[in-house]
Amino acid sequence: MKYYDKIMKGRIARSIFRTGLPTSNYRKSLVILNNLFLHIHPVKVKKSTLKFTSTFYLGALSFGLFIILVVTGIYLMFYYHPSVPLAYRDMKDLEFAVSNGKLLRNLHRWSAHAMVLIVFLHMLRVFFHRAFRPPKEFNWVIGVFLFVSTLLLSYTGYLLPWDQLAYWAVSVGTNMMKATPIIGDDIRFLLLGGNVIGENALLRFYVLHCVILPLVITMLIGVHFWRIRKDGGLSSGSKQVADGKRDMILGKNLGVSTEEVLNDRDAEK
Amino acid sequence: MDNNKKISIEVSDDLRDTPIRVAYVKSHSSIAVERQRDEEVMTFPHLIIREALLFQLLLIVMVIWSLFIDAPLEGIANPEFSPNPSKAPWYFLGLQELLHFFPPIVAGVLLPALVIIALIVIPYFSINWDRSSMWEGNIRKKFFRLSICVVLFNIPFVIYKAAPLYVCSIIIYSFMILPLVFRGKNGFMRRISRLGLADWIMSWFLLVTTVLILIGVFFRGPEWRWIWPWIDGIY
Repeated sequence: MKYYDKIMKGRIARSIFRTGLPTSNYRKSLVILNNLFLHIHPVKVKKSTLKFTSTFYLGALSFGLFIILVVTGIYLMFYYHPSVPLAYRDMKDLEFAVSNGKLLRNLHRWSAHAMVLIVFLHMLRVFFHRAFRPPKEFNWVIGVFLFVSTLLLSYTGYLLPWDQLAYWAVSVGTNMMKATPIIGDDIRFLLLGGNVIGENALLRFYVLHCVILPLVITMLIGVHFWRIRKDGGLSSGSKQVADGKRDMILGKNLGVSTEEVLNDRDAEK
Repeated sequence: MDNNKKISIEVSDDLRDTPIRVAYVKSHSSIAVERQRDEEVMTFPHLIIREALLFQLLLIVMVIWSLFIDAPLEGIANPEFSPNPSKAPWYFLGLQELLHFFPPIVAGVLLPALVIIALIVIPYFSINWDRSSMWEGNIRKKFFRLSICVVLFNIPFVIYKAAPLYVCSIIIYSFMILPLVFRGKNGFMRRISRLGLADWIMSWFLLVTTVLILIGVFFRGPEWRWIWPWIDGIY
Protein backbone atom coordinates (compact mmCIF):
# COMPACT_ATOMS: atom_id res chain seq x y z
CA MET A 1 0.00 0.00 0.00
CA LYS A 2 2.91 2.29 0.82
CA TYR A 3 4.49 1.76 -2.58
CA TYR A 4 1.14 2.05 -4.28
CA ASP A 5 0.66 5.42 -2.62
CA LYS A 6 4.14 6.49 -3.62
CA ILE A 7 3.61 5.54 -7.23
CA MET A 8 0.17 7.11 -7.44
CA LYS A 9 1.46 10.34 -5.97
CA GLY A 10 4.53 10.33 -8.18
CA ARG A 11 5.07 12.64 -11.12
CA ILE A 12 4.29 10.12 -13.85
CA ALA A 13 1.07 8.87 -12.31
CA ARG A 14 -0.07 12.41 -11.67
CA SER A 15 0.59 13.31 -15.29
CA ILE A 16 -1.72 10.50 -16.35
CA PHE A 17 -4.35 10.56 -13.61
CA ARG A 18 -4.49 14.25 -12.87
CA THR A 19 -7.09 13.74 -10.23
CA GLY A 20 -4.98 11.82 -7.76
CA LEU A 21 -6.47 9.23 -5.44
CA PRO A 22 -10.20 9.68 -4.98
CA THR A 23 -10.05 10.15 -1.26
CA SER A 24 -12.44 13.05 -0.91
CA ASN A 25 -15.77 13.85 -2.49
CA TYR A 26 -14.09 16.65 -4.43
CA ARG A 27 -11.61 14.24 -5.96
CA LYS A 28 -14.35 11.66 -6.54
CA SER A 29 -16.19 14.24 -8.58
CA LEU A 30 -13.01 15.02 -10.51
CA VAL A 31 -12.69 11.33 -11.42
CA ILE A 32 -15.89 11.73 -13.40
CA LEU A 33 -15.33 15.24 -14.69
CA ASN A 34 -11.76 14.74 -15.89
CA ASN A 35 -12.30 11.49 -17.72
CA LEU A 36 -13.42 11.48 -21.33
CA PHE A 37 -15.22 8.15 -20.97
CA LEU A 38 -16.77 8.70 -17.56
CA HIS A 39 -17.89 12.28 -17.98
CA ILE A 40 -21.06 11.13 -19.73
CA HIS A 41 -22.11 10.42 -16.14
CA PRO A 42 -23.18 13.15 -13.77
CA VAL A 43 -21.03 13.59 -10.68
CA LYS A 44 -23.88 12.48 -8.48
CA VAL A 45 -26.70 10.08 -9.18
CA LYS A 46 -30.02 9.50 -7.51
CA LYS A 47 -29.73 6.66 -5.05
CA SER A 48 -33.11 5.26 -6.09
CA THR A 49 -31.89 4.66 -9.66
CA LEU A 50 -29.07 2.43 -8.41
CA LYS A 51 -31.53 -0.09 -7.01
CA PHE A 52 -31.58 -3.22 -9.17
CA THR A 53 -35.34 -3.28 -9.67
CA SER A 54 -35.53 0.33 -10.78
CA THR A 55 -33.78 -0.34 -14.12
CA PHE A 56 -32.67 -4.00 -13.95
CA TYR A 57 -29.54 -2.46 -15.52
CA LEU A 58 -30.98 -3.37 -18.92
CA GLY A 59 -29.61 -0.30 -20.68
CA ALA A 60 -26.16 -0.94 -19.26
CA LEU A 61 -26.43 -4.59 -20.28
CA SER A 62 -27.39 -3.62 -23.84
CA PHE A 63 -24.36 -1.34 -24.02
CA GLY A 64 -22.15 -4.05 -22.52
CA LEU A 65 -23.31 -6.50 -25.17
CA PHE A 66 -22.67 -3.87 -27.82
CA ILE A 67 -19.08 -3.52 -26.60
CA ILE A 68 -18.59 -7.29 -26.67
CA LEU A 69 -20.01 -7.32 -30.21
CA VAL A 70 -17.72 -4.56 -31.42
CA VAL A 71 -14.62 -6.23 -30.03
CA THR A 72 -15.44 -9.74 -31.23
CA GLY A 73 -16.71 -8.30 -34.52
CA ILE A 74 -13.43 -6.53 -35.25
CA TYR A 75 -11.60 -9.73 -34.34
CA LEU A 76 -13.76 -11.71 -36.76
CA MET A 77 -13.07 -9.23 -39.55
CA PHE A 78 -9.42 -10.36 -39.52
CA TYR A 79 -10.52 -13.80 -40.63
CA TYR A 80 -13.37 -13.05 -42.98
CA HIS A 81 -13.60 -12.47 -46.73
CA PRO A 82 -16.96 -11.21 -47.95
CA SER A 83 -16.95 -13.19 -51.17
CA VAL A 84 -18.92 -16.24 -52.14
CA PRO A 85 -16.90 -19.38 -51.75
CA LEU A 86 -14.45 -17.82 -49.27
CA ALA A 87 -17.01 -16.61 -46.72
CA TYR A 88 -18.17 -20.10 -45.90
CA ARG A 89 -14.62 -21.48 -45.92
CA ASP A 90 -13.69 -18.82 -43.39
CA MET A 91 -16.42 -20.14 -41.09
CA LYS A 92 -14.82 -23.58 -41.33
CA ASP A 93 -11.42 -22.03 -40.70
CA LEU A 94 -12.78 -20.33 -37.60
CA GLU A 95 -14.09 -23.66 -36.46
CA PHE A 96 -11.02 -25.79 -37.13
CA ALA A 97 -7.95 -23.66 -37.86
CA VAL A 98 -8.08 -20.40 -35.93
CA SER A 99 -7.24 -20.73 -32.25
CA ASN A 100 -10.34 -19.98 -30.24
CA GLY A 101 -12.07 -19.10 -33.48
CA LYS A 102 -15.13 -21.08 -32.53
CA LEU A 103 -15.41 -19.30 -29.20
CA LEU A 104 -15.05 -15.98 -30.98
CA ARG A 105 -17.84 -16.72 -33.42
CA ASN A 106 -20.08 -18.18 -30.70
CA LEU A 107 -19.53 -15.14 -28.54
CA HIS A 108 -20.41 -12.80 -31.38
CA ARG A 109 -23.50 -14.70 -32.41
CA TRP A 110 -24.95 -15.31 -28.95
CA SER A 111 -24.25 -11.75 -27.89
CA ALA A 112 -26.12 -10.55 -30.94
CA HIS A 113 -29.16 -12.65 -30.05
CA ALA A 114 -28.92 -11.57 -26.43
CA MET A 115 -28.71 -7.92 -27.46
CA VAL A 116 -31.95 -8.10 -29.46
CA LEU A 117 -33.69 -9.56 -26.43
CA ILE A 118 -32.14 -7.24 -23.85
CA VAL A 119 -32.84 -4.10 -25.89
CA PHE A 120 -36.48 -5.19 -26.21
CA LEU A 121 -36.71 -5.80 -22.46
CA HIS A 122 -35.10 -2.41 -21.87
CA MET A 123 -37.84 -0.84 -23.96
CA LEU A 124 -40.52 -2.65 -21.94
CA ARG A 125 -38.94 -1.53 -18.67
CA VAL A 126 -38.94 2.08 -19.80
CA PHE A 127 -42.54 1.78 -20.94
CA PHE A 128 -43.95 0.22 -17.79
CA HIS A 129 -42.05 2.69 -15.61
CA ARG A 130 -43.28 5.54 -17.81
CA ALA A 131 -39.70 6.71 -18.05
CA PHE A 132 -40.46 8.40 -21.39
CA ARG A 133 -42.47 11.20 -19.89
CA PRO A 134 -41.49 14.79 -20.64
CA PRO A 135 -38.84 15.95 -21.12
CA LYS A 136 -37.71 12.51 -22.31
CA GLU A 137 -40.16 11.92 -25.14
CA PHE A 138 -37.59 12.24 -27.87
CA ASN A 139 -35.10 10.01 -26.12
CA TRP A 140 -37.73 7.29 -26.32
CA VAL A 141 -37.97 7.90 -30.07
CA ILE A 142 -34.19 7.58 -30.37
CA GLY A 143 -34.53 4.38 -28.37
CA VAL A 144 -37.01 3.02 -30.91
CA PHE A 145 -34.51 3.79 -33.69
CA LEU A 146 -31.82 2.05 -31.64
CA PHE A 147 -34.04 -1.02 -31.40
CA VAL A 148 -34.62 -1.00 -35.16
CA SER A 149 -30.87 -0.56 -35.76
CA THR A 150 -30.19 -3.52 -33.48
CA LEU A 151 -32.58 -5.67 -35.50
CA LEU A 152 -31.02 -4.54 -38.78
CA LEU A 153 -27.51 -5.19 -37.50
CA SER A 154 -28.48 -8.65 -36.38
CA TYR A 155 -30.26 -9.32 -39.65
CA THR A 156 -27.43 -8.14 -41.92
CA GLY A 157 -25.00 -10.20 -39.88
CA TYR A 158 -27.18 -13.25 -40.38
CA LEU A 159 -26.20 -13.58 -44.06
CA LEU A 160 -22.45 -13.35 -43.56
CA PRO A 161 -21.66 -17.03 -42.72
CA TRP A 162 -23.12 -17.91 -46.14
CA ASP A 163 -24.55 -21.24 -45.05
CA GLN A 164 -27.99 -22.64 -45.87
CA LEU A 165 -29.47 -21.15 -42.69
CA ALA A 166 -28.16 -17.68 -43.54
CA TYR A 167 -29.10 -17.80 -47.19
CA TRP A 168 -32.70 -18.89 -46.76
CA ALA A 169 -33.42 -16.80 -43.70
CA VAL A 170 -32.35 -13.73 -45.64
CA SER A 171 -34.38 -14.89 -48.64
CA VAL A 172 -37.52 -14.97 -46.51
CA GLY A 173 -36.87 -11.43 -45.29
CA THR A 174 -35.99 -9.87 -48.62
CA ASN A 175 -38.98 -11.53 -50.27
CA MET A 176 -41.20 -9.84 -47.70
CA MET A 177 -39.72 -6.54 -48.84
CA LYS A 178 -41.04 -7.16 -52.34
CA ALA A 179 -44.56 -6.75 -51.02
CA THR A 180 -44.02 -3.02 -50.43
CA PRO A 181 -46.18 -1.20 -52.96
CA ILE A 182 -44.44 0.60 -55.86
CA ILE A 183 -40.91 0.71 -54.42
CA GLY A 184 -40.72 -2.87 -53.08
CA ASP A 185 -38.70 -4.33 -55.93
CA ASP A 186 -36.39 -1.31 -56.05
CA ILE A 187 -35.62 -1.51 -52.34
CA ARG A 188 -34.82 -5.18 -52.71
CA PHE A 189 -32.61 -4.49 -55.73
CA LEU A 190 -30.80 -1.74 -53.83
CA LEU A 191 -30.19 -3.94 -50.82
CA LEU A 192 -29.08 -7.02 -52.76
CA GLY A 193 -27.21 -5.30 -55.57
CA GLY A 194 -29.16 -7.48 -57.97
CA ASN A 195 -32.25 -9.60 -58.19
CA VAL A 196 -30.90 -12.63 -56.38
CA ILE A 197 -28.88 -13.13 -53.22
CA GLY A 198 -25.37 -13.53 -54.56
CA GLU A 199 -21.88 -12.05 -54.33
CA ASN A 200 -23.14 -8.47 -54.47
CA ALA A 201 -25.68 -9.05 -51.75
CA LEU A 202 -23.02 -10.53 -49.50
CA LEU A 203 -20.74 -7.55 -50.05
CA ARG A 204 -23.54 -5.07 -49.40
CA PHE A 205 -24.65 -6.83 -46.24
CA TYR A 206 -21.01 -6.92 -45.13
CA VAL A 207 -20.54 -3.18 -45.60
CA LEU A 208 -23.87 -2.45 -43.92
CA HIS A 209 -23.04 -4.76 -41.05
CA CYS A 210 -19.45 -3.67 -40.45
CA VAL A 211 -19.43 0.00 -41.40
CA ILE A 212 -22.71 1.80 -41.94
CA LEU A 213 -24.96 0.38 -39.24
CA PRO A 214 -22.28 0.37 -36.51
CA LEU A 215 -21.62 4.04 -37.26
CA VAL A 216 -25.33 4.81 -37.11
CA ILE A 217 -25.89 2.90 -33.89
CA THR A 218 -22.79 4.40 -32.25
CA MET A 219 -24.03 7.89 -33.01
CA LEU A 220 -27.52 7.10 -31.76
CA ILE A 221 -26.10 5.58 -28.56
CA GLY A 222 -24.09 8.76 -28.01
CA VAL A 223 -27.16 10.94 -28.42
CA HIS A 224 -29.24 8.58 -26.28
CA PHE A 225 -26.76 8.78 -23.37
CA TRP A 226 -26.24 12.50 -23.76
CA ARG A 227 -29.94 13.15 -23.59
CA ILE A 228 -30.38 11.09 -20.42
CA ARG A 229 -27.94 13.52 -18.82
CA LYS A 230 -29.60 16.57 -20.26
CA ASP A 231 -33.07 15.42 -19.35
CA GLY A 232 -32.24 15.06 -15.70
CA GLY A 233 -30.95 11.55 -15.20
CA LEU A 234 -32.59 8.15 -15.18
CA SER A 235 -36.16 7.65 -14.12
CA SER A 236 -36.53 4.78 -11.74
CA GLY A 237 -40.28 4.60 -11.97
CA SER A 238 -40.55 5.31 -8.27
CA LYS A 239 -43.15 7.93 -7.55
CA GLN A 240 -40.77 10.18 -5.67
CA VAL A 241 -39.05 11.58 -8.73
CA ALA A 242 -37.24 14.79 -7.96
CA ASP A 243 -39.33 17.90 -7.94
CA GLY A 244 -40.47 19.40 -11.20
CA LYS A 245 -38.16 22.34 -10.89
CA ARG A 246 -36.27 22.18 -14.13
CA ASP A 247 -34.24 24.59 -16.09
CA MET A 248 -36.58 25.13 -19.00
CA ILE A 249 -33.81 25.70 -21.52
CA LEU A 250 -31.28 23.10 -20.51
CA GLY A 251 -33.79 20.64 -19.13
CA LYS A 252 -31.44 19.98 -16.26
CA ASN A 253 -32.51 19.51 -12.72
CA LEU A 254 -31.74 22.57 -10.75
CA GLY A 255 -30.82 22.77 -7.15
CA VAL A 256 -28.55 19.76 -7.01
CA SER A 257 -26.70 20.11 -3.80
CA THR A 258 -23.10 20.75 -4.64
CA GLU A 259 -22.32 22.12 -1.22
CA GLU A 260 -20.66 18.96 -0.07
CA VAL A 261 -18.37 18.94 -3.07
CA LEU A 262 -17.50 22.60 -2.79
CA ASN A 263 -16.82 22.31 0.93
CA ASP A 264 -14.35 19.56 0.21
CA ARG A 265 -12.61 21.67 -2.39
CA ASP A 266 -12.32 24.59 -0.04
CA ALA A 267 -11.00 22.35 2.68
CA GLU A 268 -8.24 21.20 0.41
CA LYS A 269 -7.10 24.63 -0.60
CA MET B 1 -36.27 23.40 -2.33
CA ASP B 2 -35.02 23.87 1.21
CA ASN B 3 -37.36 26.40 2.60
CA ASN B 4 -35.98 27.33 5.94
CA LYS B 5 -38.49 30.03 6.68
CA LYS B 6 -40.34 28.88 9.70
CA ILE B 7 -43.97 29.70 9.93
CA SER B 8 -44.67 31.47 13.12
CA ILE B 9 -47.80 32.93 14.51
CA GLU B 10 -47.64 36.55 15.41
CA VAL B 11 -50.14 37.83 17.82
CA SER B 12 -50.74 41.47 18.20
CA ASP B 13 -53.61 43.79 18.80
CA ASP B 14 -52.47 46.32 16.26
CA LEU B 15 -54.18 45.48 12.98
CA ARG B 16 -51.80 47.63 10.94
CA ASP B 17 -48.88 45.62 12.24
CA THR B 18 -50.29 42.11 11.77
CA PRO B 19 -53.30 42.12 9.52
CA ILE B 20 -55.54 39.09 9.82
CA ARG B 21 -55.37 36.83 6.81
CA VAL B 22 -57.62 33.94 6.09
CA ALA B 23 -56.45 31.26 3.70
CA TYR B 24 -58.73 28.50 2.56
CA VAL B 25 -58.14 25.59 0.25
CA LYS B 26 -60.91 24.54 -2.08
CA SER B 27 -61.50 20.84 -2.47
CA HIS B 28 -60.66 20.94 -6.20
CA SER B 29 -57.40 22.80 -6.00
CA SER B 30 -54.32 20.97 -4.99
CA ILE B 31 -52.06 22.01 -2.24
CA ALA B 32 -48.42 22.60 -3.03
CA VAL B 33 -46.61 19.78 -1.35
CA GLU B 34 -42.95 20.08 -0.65
CA ARG B 35 -41.39 16.83 -1.66
CA GLN B 36 -38.18 15.42 -0.37
CA ARG B 37 -35.45 15.45 -2.98
CA ASP B 38 -34.07 12.08 -3.90
CA GLU B 39 -31.03 11.18 -1.95
CA GLU B 40 -27.98 11.45 -4.16
CA VAL B 41 -24.71 9.57 -4.02
CA MET B 42 -21.36 10.08 -5.71
CA THR B 43 -21.20 8.44 -9.14
CA PHE B 44 -17.67 7.35 -8.38
CA PRO B 45 -17.54 4.86 -6.78
CA HIS B 46 -21.23 3.94 -6.33
CA LEU B 47 -22.30 3.72 -9.98
CA ILE B 48 -18.95 3.04 -11.62
CA ILE B 49 -18.26 0.00 -9.47
CA ARG B 50 -21.69 -1.41 -10.31
CA GLU B 51 -21.14 -0.88 -14.02
CA ALA B 52 -17.71 -2.51 -13.89
CA LEU B 53 -19.05 -5.52 -11.98
CA LEU B 54 -22.04 -5.82 -14.28
CA PHE B 55 -19.83 -5.88 -17.35
CA GLN B 56 -17.54 -8.50 -15.83
CA LEU B 57 -20.53 -10.64 -14.96
CA LEU B 58 -22.02 -10.22 -18.42
CA LEU B 59 -18.75 -11.21 -20.06
CA ILE B 60 -18.42 -14.28 -17.84
CA VAL B 61 -21.97 -15.39 -18.62
CA MET B 62 -21.54 -14.84 -22.36
CA VAL B 63 -18.20 -16.68 -22.46
CA ILE B 64 -19.59 -19.67 -20.54
CA TRP B 65 -22.63 -19.75 -22.82
CA SER B 66 -20.36 -19.61 -25.88
CA LEU B 67 -18.03 -22.29 -24.55
CA PHE B 68 -20.81 -24.81 -24.14
CA ILE B 69 -23.25 -24.04 -26.93
CA ASP B 70 -22.06 -23.74 -30.51
CA ALA B 71 -23.51 -21.27 -32.97
CA PRO B 72 -25.35 -23.10 -35.74
CA LEU B 73 -23.59 -23.62 -39.05
CA GLU B 74 -25.13 -25.62 -41.85
CA GLY B 75 -23.83 -26.59 -45.28
CA ILE B 76 -22.72 -23.95 -47.78
CA ALA B 77 -25.50 -21.81 -49.24
CA ASN B 78 -27.19 -23.50 -52.16
CA PRO B 79 -29.76 -21.46 -54.11
CA GLU B 80 -30.93 -24.63 -55.86
CA PHE B 81 -32.04 -26.40 -52.71
CA SER B 82 -34.35 -24.66 -50.27
CA PRO B 83 -34.80 -26.28 -46.88
CA ASN B 84 -38.35 -26.98 -45.80
CA PRO B 85 -39.33 -24.90 -43.91
CA SER B 86 -37.10 -21.86 -44.47
CA LYS B 87 -37.23 -19.86 -41.28
CA ALA B 88 -36.18 -16.27 -40.69
CA PRO B 89 -34.11 -15.36 -37.60
CA TRP B 90 -36.20 -15.89 -34.44
CA TYR B 91 -36.93 -12.19 -33.92
CA PHE B 92 -38.59 -12.05 -37.34
CA LEU B 93 -40.47 -15.32 -36.93
CA GLY B 94 -43.44 -13.41 -35.53
CA LEU B 95 -43.69 -11.59 -38.86
CA GLN B 96 -43.22 -14.79 -40.79
CA GLU B 97 -45.99 -16.35 -38.76
CA LEU B 98 -48.23 -13.40 -39.64
CA LEU B 99 -47.36 -14.03 -43.29
CA HIS B 100 -49.12 -17.35 -42.87
CA PHE B 101 -52.40 -15.54 -42.12
CA PHE B 102 -52.27 -12.25 -44.00
CA PRO B 103 -51.25 -11.22 -47.52
CA PRO B 104 -47.58 -10.19 -47.73
CA ILE B 105 -48.37 -6.49 -47.97
CA VAL B 106 -50.14 -6.62 -44.60
CA ALA B 107 -47.79 -8.93 -42.73
CA GLY B 108 -44.52 -7.78 -44.29
CA VAL B 109 -45.05 -4.05 -44.67
CA LEU B 110 -48.19 -2.66 -43.07
CA LEU B 111 -48.05 -4.32 -39.65
CA PRO B 112 -44.32 -3.77 -38.98
CA ALA B 113 -44.67 -0.15 -40.09
CA LEU B 114 -47.67 0.30 -37.81
CA VAL B 115 -45.79 -1.23 -34.88
CA ILE B 116 -42.83 1.11 -35.34
CA ILE B 117 -45.09 4.16 -35.74
CA ALA B 118 -47.08 3.13 -32.67
CA LEU B 119 -43.89 2.80 -30.64
CA ILE B 120 -42.66 6.20 -31.78
CA VAL B 121 -45.84 8.06 -30.90
CA ILE B 122 -46.21 6.52 -27.43
CA PRO B 123 -44.77 9.47 -25.48
CA TYR B 124 -46.83 11.98 -27.44
CA PHE B 125 -50.11 10.15 -27.29
CA SER B 126 -51.50 10.83 -23.87
CA ILE B 127 -50.64 13.34 -21.22
CA ASN B 128 -52.51 11.68 -18.44
CA TRP B 129 -50.42 8.54 -18.18
CA ASP B 130 -50.77 7.94 -14.47
CA ARG B 131 -54.15 9.15 -13.44
CA SER B 132 -56.64 7.01 -15.27
CA SER B 133 -56.87 3.45 -14.08
CA MET B 134 -59.28 1.30 -16.04
CA TRP B 135 -62.33 1.01 -13.85
CA GLU B 136 -63.09 4.40 -12.43
CA GLY B 137 -66.06 6.62 -13.05
CA ASN B 138 -68.85 5.35 -15.24
CA ILE B 139 -67.96 1.68 -15.26
CA ARG B 140 -70.96 0.51 -17.34
CA LYS B 141 -70.20 3.00 -20.14
CA LYS B 142 -66.52 2.19 -20.08
CA PHE B 143 -67.25 -1.53 -20.21
CA PHE B 144 -69.44 -1.19 -23.30
CA ARG B 145 -66.98 1.08 -25.07
CA LEU B 146 -64.12 -1.27 -24.34
CA SER B 147 -66.04 -4.33 -25.47
CA ILE B 148 -67.10 -2.69 -28.74
CA CYS B 149 -63.55 -1.54 -29.43
CA VAL B 150 -62.14 -5.00 -28.74
CA VAL B 151 -64.70 -6.65 -31.02
CA LEU B 152 -64.11 -4.18 -33.87
CA PHE B 153 -60.35 -4.47 -33.49
CA ASN B 154 -60.47 -8.24 -33.72
CA ILE B 155 -62.86 -8.58 -36.68
CA PRO B 156 -60.01 -8.57 -39.26
CA PHE B 157 -58.14 -11.22 -37.28
CA VAL B 158 -61.23 -13.44 -37.22
CA ILE B 159 -61.84 -12.90 -40.94
CA TYR B 160 -58.28 -13.91 -41.76
CA LYS B 161 -58.46 -16.78 -39.25
CA ALA B 162 -55.43 -15.45 -37.39
CA ALA B 163 -56.17 -17.47 -34.28
CA PRO B 164 -53.11 -16.47 -32.20
CA LEU B 165 -54.05 -12.81 -32.49
CA TYR B 166 -57.66 -13.00 -31.40
CA VAL B 167 -56.94 -15.61 -28.76
CA CYS B 168 -54.40 -13.21 -27.24
CA SER B 169 -57.04 -10.47 -27.40
CA ILE B 170 -59.51 -12.69 -25.55
CA ILE B 171 -56.93 -13.47 -22.87
CA ILE B 172 -56.04 -9.83 -22.32
CA TYR B 173 -59.71 -8.79 -22.42
CA SER B 174 -60.59 -11.38 -19.78
CA PHE B 175 -57.87 -10.09 -17.53
CA MET B 176 -59.11 -6.54 -18.07
CA ILE B 177 -62.65 -7.32 -16.97
CA LEU B 178 -61.57 -9.68 -14.21
CA PRO B 179 -61.76 -6.97 -11.52
CA LEU B 180 -65.40 -6.37 -12.52
CA VAL B 181 -66.33 -10.00 -11.99
CA PHE B 182 -64.34 -10.64 -8.85
CA ARG B 183 -64.33 -7.56 -6.76
CA GLY B 184 -61.72 -9.07 -4.54
CA LYS B 185 -59.64 -6.92 -2.30
CA ASN B 186 -56.65 -9.22 -2.53
CA GLY B 187 -53.33 -8.10 -3.95
CA PHE B 188 -53.58 -9.43 -7.49
CA MET B 189 -57.05 -8.07 -8.25
CA ARG B 190 -56.21 -4.68 -6.86
CA ARG B 191 -53.05 -4.62 -8.85
CA ILE B 192 -54.61 -5.36 -12.23
CA SER B 193 -57.56 -3.07 -11.59
CA ARG B 194 -55.08 -0.24 -11.22
CA LEU B 195 -53.46 -0.77 -14.63
CA GLY B 196 -54.21 1.85 -17.24
CA LEU B 197 -55.35 1.25 -20.80
CA ALA B 198 -51.82 1.88 -22.11
CA ASP B 199 -50.49 -0.95 -19.95
CA TRP B 200 -53.10 -3.32 -21.33
CA ILE B 201 -52.32 -2.44 -24.94
CA MET B 202 -48.61 -2.97 -24.34
CA SER B 203 -49.33 -6.25 -22.56
CA TRP B 204 -51.34 -7.36 -25.56
CA PHE B 205 -48.47 -6.45 -27.90
CA LEU B 206 -46.02 -8.29 -25.66
CA LEU B 207 -48.23 -11.38 -25.46
CA VAL B 208 -48.85 -11.45 -29.22
CA THR B 209 -45.14 -11.03 -29.99
CA THR B 210 -44.14 -13.78 -27.58
CA VAL B 211 -46.83 -16.21 -28.72
CA LEU B 212 -46.14 -15.66 -32.44
CA ILE B 213 -42.39 -16.10 -31.98
CA LEU B 214 -42.84 -19.23 -29.88
CA ILE B 215 -45.21 -20.69 -32.48
CA GLY B 216 -42.77 -19.81 -35.25
CA VAL B 217 -39.79 -21.33 -33.47
CA PHE B 218 -41.30 -24.50 -32.01
CA PHE B 219 -44.61 -25.32 -33.63
CA ARG B 220 -44.02 -24.91 -37.34
CA GLY B 221 -42.66 -27.66 -39.55
CA PRO B 222 -42.51 -28.44 -43.27
CA GLU B 223 -44.94 -26.41 -45.42
CA TRP B 224 -45.42 -24.26 -42.32
CA ARG B 225 -47.72 -26.94 -40.92
CA TRP B 226 -48.51 -27.08 -37.23
CA ILE B 227 -46.29 -29.60 -35.42
CA TRP B 228 -45.73 -30.65 -31.84
CA PRO B 229 -42.04 -30.14 -30.99
CA TRP B 230 -41.99 -33.10 -28.58
CA ILE B 231 -43.25 -35.43 -31.32
CA ASP B 232 -41.79 -34.07 -34.55
CA GLY B 233 -38.80 -32.20 -33.17
CA ILE B 234 -37.80 -28.59 -33.79
CA TYR B 235 -37.33 -27.37 -37.30
